[in-house]
Amino acid sequence: MEAPSILPLALENISLRHDGQQILDRINMLVARRRTTVVLGPNGAGKSMLLKVAHGLIEPDSGAVRWSGLPGAAAHARQAMVFQKPVLLNRSVLANIVHAVRLQGVARAKAVHRAHTALDYVGLGDMAVRPARSLSGGEQQRLSFARAWARDPEVLFLDEPTASLDPAASWSIEQIIVELRREGRTAILSTHDLAMARRLADDLVFLHRGRALEAGSAEQLFADPKTPELAAFLKGELHW
Amino acid sequence: MSNLTEGFAAAFRLLFGFDADLWEIIILSLEVNFAAVVLSCLIGLPLGGALAVYRFRGRKAVIVLVNALMGLPPVVVGLLVYLVLSRSGPLGSLNILFTPGAMVIAQAILVTPIVTALTRQIIENLWQDYREQLTSLGSSRRRAIPTLLWDGRTAVLTAILAGFGRAAAEVGAVIIVGGNIAHHTRTMTTAIALETGRGNLALALGLGIVLVTLAILLNAAAWMVRERSMPETALIAANR
Repeated sequence: MEAPSILPLALENISLRHDGQQILDRINMLVARRRTTVVLGPNGAGKSMLLKVAHGLIEPDSGAVRWSGLPGAAAHARQAMVFQKPVLLNRSVLANIVHAVRLQGVARAKAVHRAHTALDYVGLGDMAVRPARSLSGGEQQRLSFARAWARDPEVLFLDEPTASLDPAASWSIEQIIVELRREGRTAILSTHDLAMARRLADDLVFLHRGRALEAGSAEQLFADPKTPELAAFLKGELHW
Repeated sequence: MSNLTEGFAAAFRLLFGFDADLWEIIILSLEVNFAAVVLSCLIGLPLGGALAVYRFRGRKAVIVLVNALMGLPPVVVGLLVYLVLSRSGPLGSLNILFTPGAMVIAQAILVTPIVTALTRQIIENLWQDYREQLTSLGSSRRRAIPTLLWDGRTAVLTAILAGFGRAAAEVGAVIIVGGNIAHHTRTMTTAIALETGRGNLALALGLGIVLVTLAILLNAAAWMVRERSMPETALIAANR
């Protein structure tokens, strides 16, 4: 991670409409280096879309995504994303990671070596030759993290990574997220899971119906919510 | 009924008597079909993949056209190839009319739309599921095509077999551009047409039985390849 940082990331006035619905509404957001930013909100708040816009998978209707230092394409190479439902290739566990690393222009032998390291990193070292799709849901998600990590990203977008997992599998994913932060990587994590947000967030953005109602240090926002929506959400009374 | 019995008897005699003429016909048929399918795959797999992942003006019209070309009447294709390759035609100087080469060209024209259209459908479905993940990994659309073809290999193999079936079954094109010349361009289907016309029904039926048996054996072989193809191909797969 000696290359110049692509952070901070600034989202400026991002708006997105889809099927006549306002998914994101004039969102401004700043992501600082080496911190975990949690995008918190109920289902349907637009969290996934916000991450996809920031990662460059979806063009916003208006507004700008600015990476400090590097323009779009160069900045993209320093990012990785883990989706709620892992999309794995119909190949072995190892081949899934090798494919991802090779896309960075890494030679094959080196990519294989890196893939093995990545599998050890998430505790799947003994599953390298298994077909990826024969893994359990939790293992598949760990493989997604290994694939993301193998690309040595500075920034990771984690879109509800534990939402379809059982508690044990969620716990192991959380351990990986903690480890990623310890390594100095920056994560942007979307979740509706309040407990998880409390455990992992350095910074918090509260999203509600496409609007960023509050943003700031997690500690402060949890202690002293300014909007009735966040206050209700923290009490478990806001469901949509 | 007696024709059927005689047909089976004739088929058995011809095959296991190692009738040289029959084997010559079988081998030529397979060579022509195989070459036509290989040629079709060289064109149809990348073309189908490109039609699946690229968006451009007129794309839908191209897809409708390719789908429609799946139903090309072999005699019409034979006639057109005949006109092009005949002495006075634009490619007459190649001097390949009434050779196996002309038959390969005619069959490739029949098979390419099948491989292209079926591949397009398979890859488009995969692309819908993979697009965000592959884009996140930095894969261009162009780079995604071989990835998707390999991930859809089971279905793609079925598309190729459909193309092979078309080539093996058709008679109209090869009889026009090949001429059904004994020891030179006589294939199983043209020989069946000839022997039926001559009233030599037992021999025609014998050839028919050989043809059907070959088709079954080929499909069985492909099925076994598919069954075995999953985990072991992991390391080969990593390259694509």
